[in-house]
Amino acid sequence: MVVSTRLNGAQPRCVEVISLGETTVRFAGDSGDGMQLAGTQMTTTSAIFGNDVSTLPDFPAEIRAPAGTLAGVSGFQLHFGSHRLRTPGDRVNALVAMNPAALSANLSDLEPGGVLIVNEDAFTKMDLSRAGYSADPLENRSLDGYQLFRVPMGKLTAEACKDTGLTGRAVGRCKNFFALGLVYWLYDRPLAPTLRWIEQKFGSKPVVADANIKTLKAGYHFGETTELFTVRYEVAPAKVPPGKYRRVSGNEALAIGLITAAQRAGKPLFYGSYPITPASDILHFLAKHKNFDVRTFQAEDEIAAMTATIGAAFAGAFAVTGTSGPGMALKSEAIGLAVMTELPMVIVNVQRAGPSTGLPTKTEQADLLQAIWGRNGENPVCVLAAATPADCFDMAIEAFRIAIGFMTPVVLLADGYLANGAEPWRIPDMDSLPRLDVKHPGPVEGFKPYQRNDKLVRPWALPGTPGLEHRVGGLESRDITGEVCYEPENHEHMCRIRRRKIDNIAEAIPPLEINGDDSGELLVIGWGSTYGAITSAVERCRKKGMSVSSAHLRYLDPMQKNVGDVLRRFCRVLVPELNLGQLAYRLRAEYLVDATGFHKIQGKPFTISEIEAEIAKRLNK
Amino acid sequence: MSADAAKVKLELTAKHFASDQDPRWCPGCGDYSILAQVKKVLAKIEAKRENTVFVSGIGCSSRFPYYVGTYGFHGIHGRALAIAVGIKVAQPELSVWVVTGDGDGLSIGGNHLLHTIRRNPDINILLFNNRIYGLTKGQYSPTSPLGKKTKSTPMGSVDFPLHPLSVAIGAEATFVARSIDVNVKHLAYVLERAARHKGASFVEIYQNCNIFNDLAFEYATAKTTKDETTIYLEHGRPLVFGKDRNKGIRLDGMDPEIVELGDGITEDDLLFHNEKQEEPSLAYLLSRMRHPDFPEPMGVFRCVERPVYEDLVMDQINEASRQQPGRLEDLFDEGETWIVE
Ligand code: SF4
Repeated sequence: MVVSTRLNGAQPRCVEVISLGETTVRFAGDSGDGMQLAGTQMTTTSAIFGNDVSTLPDFPAEIRAPAGTLAGVSGFQLHFGSHRLRTPGDRVNALVAMNPAALSANLSDLEPGGVLIVNEDAFTKMDLSRAGYSADPLENRSLDGYQLFRVPMGKLTAEACKDTGLTGRAVGRCKNFFALGLVYWLYDRPLAPTLRWIEQKFGSKPVVADANIKTLKAGYHFGETTELFTVRYEVAPAKVPPGKYRRVSGNEALAIGLITAAQRAGKPLFYGSYPITPASDILHFLAKHKNFDVRTFQAEDEIAAMTATIGAAFAGAFAVTGTSGPGMALKSEAIGLAVMTELPMVIVNVQRAGPSTGLPTKTEQADLLQAIWGRNGENPVCVLAAATPADCFDMAIEAFRIAIGFMTPVVLLADGYLANGAEPWRIPDMDSLPRLDVKHPGPVEGFKPYQRNDKLVRPWALPGTPGLEHRVGGLESRDITGEVCYEPENHEHMCRIRRRKIDNIAEAIPPLEINGDDSGELLVIGWGSTYGAITSAVERCRKKGMSVSSAHLRYLDPMQKNVGDVLRRFCRVLVPELNLGQLAYRLRAEYLVDATGFHKIQGKPFTISEIEAEIAKRLNK
Repeated sequence: MSADAAKVKLELTAKHFASDQDPRWCPGCGDYSILAQVKKVLAKIEAKRENTVFVSGIGCSSRFPYYVGTYGFHGIHGRALAIAVGIKVAQPELSVWVVTGDGDGLSIGGNHLLHTIRRNPDINILLFNNRIYGLTKGQYSPTSPLGKKTKSTPMGSVDFPLHPLSVAIGAEATFVARSIDVNVKHLAYVLERAARHKGASFVEIYQNCNIFNDLAFEYATAKTTKDETTIYLEHGRPLVFGKDRNKGIRLDGMDPEIVELGDGITEDDLLFHNEKQEEPSLAYLLSRMRHPDFPEPMGVFRCVERPVYEDLVMDQINEASRQQPGRLEDLFDEGETWIVE
């Protein structure tokens, strides 16, 4: 059922083949070792092969940390399997370590007895001491608990490149393809997709292309011919819905969703942003797609990014700003202006571990209450959160649908884990995409900027339209006419109307769905990027016969109308979050249920087994 | 049409730019006069109400948009320029005016002033400089002189002031000018020049706050002193001033000096104004001529051409669209795709 080419079926010698339902491989090396490239190649190849895949890169926080040090270790984890996967994997089953630092930084995640492939050429005295090893772990039996394979990748790569004309350091840079080739053999992956990719990428540099191809094949043949490996693994294709697929990271999916929304409405897309990890890739992606009338504005600061977005919305563009938590803090006054002027726009917060600068490259979900309440005054906005990398596409469109439907800023929450994590995305049919119809009033007599419709939504009147000249601003306005008004009753009226307008959004969104039985002992409810770990953990527990279901919130303000009802159908409610209990606090306050939290704030996502263990504990199993 | 009839027409059309709100500045505030001149200039350049947007931040001056019958946006403190850039990028054909003050534009919004000026969008920036915080009731501002006693500086300010034009020229503004609220003819002239300039026009307007900083610019406005304390710039003309127009500015190396004409010194020895000089040093030198050491220049300091921001933005979009028209199908298919049957 999967179209793929398998070049390498034959078994040249007697090796045992073990079938796996799923497995997790991590490539780790120095940031200059090309581990991200090796990882993404293996991902694409596995996806083309027909596996379900989920990935997570792990970047060092420093851009150019000294080579060989722990601070410079870069990793890429790939989970692939013959069934639906939702996370990049709990435990690493096979680790490729290109140097001692990579070994030291990643070994604790490798399962006992797991496959450990090391580039032994990098275990020199100097590299060992840079990584903080006083003794060589390859020699002192400290790795006895793993299946250790010592491969002289440096030498073998040099050998493979011998006749290609490539010299010096450029040869060393091919090493990642040797490691990749070896892993391809180990997991019986086809070489063709990567060979194609190399030819495309290095078409203009035939020497480099040739060297990489030879090195990739040398790695593969090394696995095949050396006596070192007596076992290899196969992971059969998964049953996935038919269609055309590609890989997307959350940031890519989000950017594609923004462009799609604007295109479906026939609007220019304005994106005002100040560079910030982990949101900057959205800016980069959009800046490359100006042919979709994308107008990117790299602002002088976060506040300018926000206020320029407000200006662009006032003038009729589909306006977006993107940032992370620290930028959100700076934008908060201006978000209030957007609330007062009731203009449609999307504010993306790709959350990272805070407070302050925090752990900029690590993930966290601790900006939920900031998004809902983190502004002065009664200051309601709509708050949404994406659940998976591919879901960022749908939620970006949903954010715009609500923004223009209700003339309101919409905060869309993602996080570092979603932003950089990737999964296959089934490319939607054009016909299945929502059409976003925008209505602007034409010239009328006696136009009133705050004249509302039955949903309390005011008109989006554009500068350039004769007869609609009006003024908006951050001072309290009189309802209907919009003129500045300090009257106490009007202020209360307007505060209540702004809140009710947001509440009205609940009428326009689908109800919360339950995975599993509609009622029972325990409900596990989450939001954002914990979707994969929660859903998989609940599935596992249900298979073991536990009375547990899950639900996942994409709408955080307003919440869906049936949330209270869902919560009350279970004896207990568990809320796993990558914070100290923000959603749990909200659910308790809003619905008076005894929801209790399960928290992790280590800059890392939950593993499935962590949640599984917590469910068992709550159910006294 | 007779001159009188033309004047009547102008006044009528100026009314066309009034909003339905009555200005609420303090009686006697310099802002009234500026508002009147702006409306007159809008009429004169035949601006269209629907295509004009006034944007402001916070402060007394920032109430301005409510009093003009065009589109208007009253923003938050210091951010008017960023709002204006967003408007301009979304709809480049709109005529956008920003009204700001010394606190709004140079203190809380100083960053945006620098970056908006360097990008050079086609907007008109009017900075009402009254050297005080009016709306918050009388604290010193970034343009208040050293030693200024205010509510927040009872023993006198210890901050050296910022000079708006020097800042704008430092950021290489393409149009820089100065005028005074009460000198209505000159103000209208400068505003019209600013409106007609393609690019970011920066105009500093000396504005009297009769409540918290009355007479701050008396030296430049009083009949008895103004001829000696101000000098009116004219492109291509020597810098001459004084009641009897017998004084001028001469360059001594890189330094300006005041000289008396006659006694062997003629106009030809004086500094000649060149607003079109690409190199901003002359304009900067003029911006550093300050009371009481020098007469303060009024008029257009600098007016040069440079591509404007929104044109460059749109050029890239048009070029990218020409090379490959944007189709969503292509966007979705970027990179490697595979089919599952
Ligand atoms: S406080 Fe000063 S600047 Fe403000 S309106 Fe009154 S006179 Fe004008």
